[in-house]
Amino acid sequence: MLTAILSGFIFSVFLVFAGKFLKGKLAVLSALVPLALFVYFLSFLPQVAGGEVIRQEISWVPTLGLDLNFALDGLSLLFSLLITGIGFLVFAYTAEYLKEHDYLDRFYGYLGMFMGAMLGLVLSDNLLSMFIFWELTSISSFFLIGFNNTSEASRKSAVLALAITGSGGFLLLAGALLLGNVAGTFNISEMLALSPEIISSEYYIWIVILLFGAAFTKSAQFPFHFWLPGAMKAPTPVSTYLHSATMVKAGIYLLLRFTPVLGGEDIWNTTLISVGGITMFYAAVHTLFRTDLKGVLAYSTISVLGLLVFLIGLGTQYALTAAAVYIVVHALYKATLFLITGIIDHETGTRDVTRLSGLRKVMMPVAVAGFLAALSSAGMPPFVGFIGKDLVYESTLHMGSWSIFLTVLAIATNILVLYAGFVAGIKPFTGKLPNEHKKVHLPGMLMWLPPVILALLGIIIGIFPEIINDSIIAPVVNSVGLEGNEVHLKLWHGFNLVLGLSAITLAVGILLYVIFKPSAKKERGIARLDFIAPLTLITNFGHGFKVFSNWWTRIFQNGFLRNYVSTIILFLVVLVGYSLFSDQNEIPIDLSSFSRMTYYEMIIMGIMFLAILFVVGARSRLTAVVAMGVVGYAICLMFVIYSAPDLAMTQFSIDTLTVILFVLVLSSLPKYLSISDYRMKVVDGVLSISFGILITLISLEVLGEPVNKEISNFYADNAYVLAKGKNVVNVILVDFRGVDTLMEISVLTIAALGVFSLLKLRLRRDDRELKD
Amino acid sequence: MEILLAIIIGTLYASGIYMILRRSLVKLIIGIILLGNGANLLIFLLGRIAKGAPPIIPEESNVFLDAYSDPLPQALILTAIVISFGLQSFAIVLVKRAHKVVKTDDLDEMNATDEYS
Repeated sequence: MLTAILSGFIFSVFLVFAGKFLKGKLAVLSALVPLALFVYFLSFLPQVAGGEVIRQEISWVPTLGLDLNFALDGLSLLFSLLITGIGFLVFAYTAEYLKEHDYLDRFYGYLGMFMGAMLGLVLSDNLLSMFIFWELTSISSFFLIGFNNTSEASRKSAVLALAITGSGGFLLLAGALLLGNVAGTFNISEMLALSPEIISSEYYIWIVILLFGAAFTKSAQFPFHFWLPGAMKAPTPVSTYLHSATMVKAGIYLLLRFTPVLGGEDIWNTTLISVGGITMFYAAVHTLFRTDLKGVLAYSTISVLGLLVFLIGLGTQYALTAAAVYIVVHALYKATLFLITGIIDHETGTRDVTRLSGLRKVMMPVAVAGFLAALSSAGMPPFVGFIGKDLVYESTLHMGSWSIFLTVLAIATNILVLYAGFVAGIKPFTGKLPNEHKKVHLPGMLMWLPPVILALLGIIIGIFPEIINDSIIAPVVNSVGLEGNEVHLKLWHGFNLVLGLSAITLAVGILLYVIFKPSAKKERGIARLDFIAPLTLITNFGHGFKVFSNWWTRIFQNGFLRNYVSTIILFLVVLVGYSLFSDQNEIPIDLSSFSRMTYYEMIIMGIMFLAILFVVGARSRLTAVVAMGVVGYAICLMFVIYSAPDLAMTQFSIDTLTVILFVLVLSSLPKYLSISDYRMKVVDGVLSISFGILITLISLEVLGEPVNKEISNFYADNAYVLAKGKNVVNVILVDFRGVDTLMEISVLTIAALGVFSLLKLRLRRDDRELKD
Repeated sequence: MEILLAIIIGTLYASGIYMILRRSLVKLIIGIILLGNGANLLIFLLGRIAKGAPPIIPEESNVFLDAYSDPLPQALILTAIVISFGLQSFAIVLVKRAHKVVKTDDLDEMNATDEYS
């Protein structure tokens, strides 16, 4: 199984090197990859139908609980077959659709990567590896939506889709980690047995919210649905494959997969029913106001995704069976409709439904496919869509007190979905052929055969539902936790309420199609409501956030050193000062422990104090520098008095050097400016003085604390014994911490080199010009 | 005596910060030097001060016989003084250079990076 998943990625990597050979006539060969995979997965059909789960376990990062565990059960198999089967048709279709395209190899590379990721997603039994594949599908979707990278709209849609599905992926990761910690394992199959513990856990609600966030963004549920219509900027094969048949169902897959683990609770069912219900109706209404064929299809896809979420929310056996059937139904007819839209677009150059009619005269096979798909989407007997729709009504009718409301909602949605299917599948082919499309001709067989195959499958399965009953649908229903229940798909249930509802749906839907004509005017009409659309709201929020971030950054990163310094000092003073004063204990200043003052010490301190005042208040550079020298020498005397001869010597020489250096470059130094105004001086003065007072208080307080002399004593005791030196400070510097001193010398050398090169640097010509 | 030293340290810190907050580059350097001196004295004070007891082992002995002042802060400060000299000299020359090229000493006129590249 790992090989099957990796083959998509291997194919992509292979294209990096061999891409140019596959661009021409050989392009269709790439369809062999999904075909082989399809056959491979088909071979598991008997085993899975027998209730077996095929597993493969590979240890990857066991310490993180991240393993490549794969499990193939009914649900995974259904998705795998869709991914590879529709993948095969899309790969073949693309060979003709993007014939001679410059980046055809790149396109196949992305498609292959997506296929591998999607297979990994539905086969992973480990939640973490599932997350990784989930993200990979988002990334390949990003590349595919932005495939026409010269178009700005295309790039924008790609970023929007990545932003939405990417944030969903983030929620999935959070949910996965939480769930893994609560369950103590990341293996989904082991979580099944732990379901009661997980549901009773206090984190259950958070897990559900996070997983819902992931599923709703990926499967375009209201209010996150708006990325999907935007994603229609992608070439049509991508819309067919990713944004209708497979990737957008990843959220549905996630919900189905976790139904047996997390489902059955009120929060689970109610949320899914409401979100799914709103989505299916909201999107279905939107289809009325679109003239772009792909726009119509995008909204009807969202509507069906909503319906699937809704069915999972109902959670009964009927509902889950209906969901399983509907996944198949929708994949078959929606992929067909997208593919024929691609053909129409490719041949006529427009997707505007108001300008398309009568195309059956020039492309009969496509018209047949469109007709069949439209009827299947309408739920007309004997199509598979009819079985799906019946099951939907069957499940809503069994919902007790809410059944009438839910059934009406489902009927309304189905009527609108029927309308969308007719607009996309029938309208372009009926009526009079306009002159501008007279020269349109049927595309190559590679393009028209895939939709025909899919459309025919729709009617074949409809007439013989036994084909998928035991082999696919029953195992799916079993793997979502309703084991032991019999599933019987039937076309004919006899005359009952459900049949009556179906008839109403068909009648009203067809009536709507006949009366209501899509027009640009209506599209503009609904556009007036855009200001409250989720897309607008989120875009505005994004814009506002950017403005806010800019403003916020400007406040803190304003480019003025003194603002940074004063902010830091202000916070320091306020925070430390507060904690000093809020401390109820008196500051323990023990005056008796302090040494006695002598008059010469006081004189030195006085000199130093005055010198500091001179430095601060000086009006000329020279005064300031000299006063600073005085400060240095006073410190030097301090060191002499308090038994630090080495420090005194160092301070003396360094201070002399600094003053000399200052005086040497003084002539070329800028004039001593006094730019700040009086107010600034006062503010800065108050801030500085409070900081000084704080430092004084802290040092006095620290003096009251006991001091640890252990390290000092070690050096003092061993200076002569170990290092044969009697001046302990020197011994520490050159012996005990000799390497540090070496580093210090290196730093000084680097500084000296810097000084030297700055002094010797000759200005280049352009610098000189600037100078002049 | 420690109280006076603590006040001096506070004064050095206050004046250092005040000078750093000025708009003139030369004042900025002077501020950094004052702040450095204050920090050195702070370390020195917190290592406890003692008069007439340098950390030097007497001629006739191999270990200390009397009390001695703490050698550890002294070693730290010695390093700090030397390193801050490296910083100061580099900064002084840099200011000189910047003044030659940019022809201003006002920090407010120097907060863009691209103008003189």
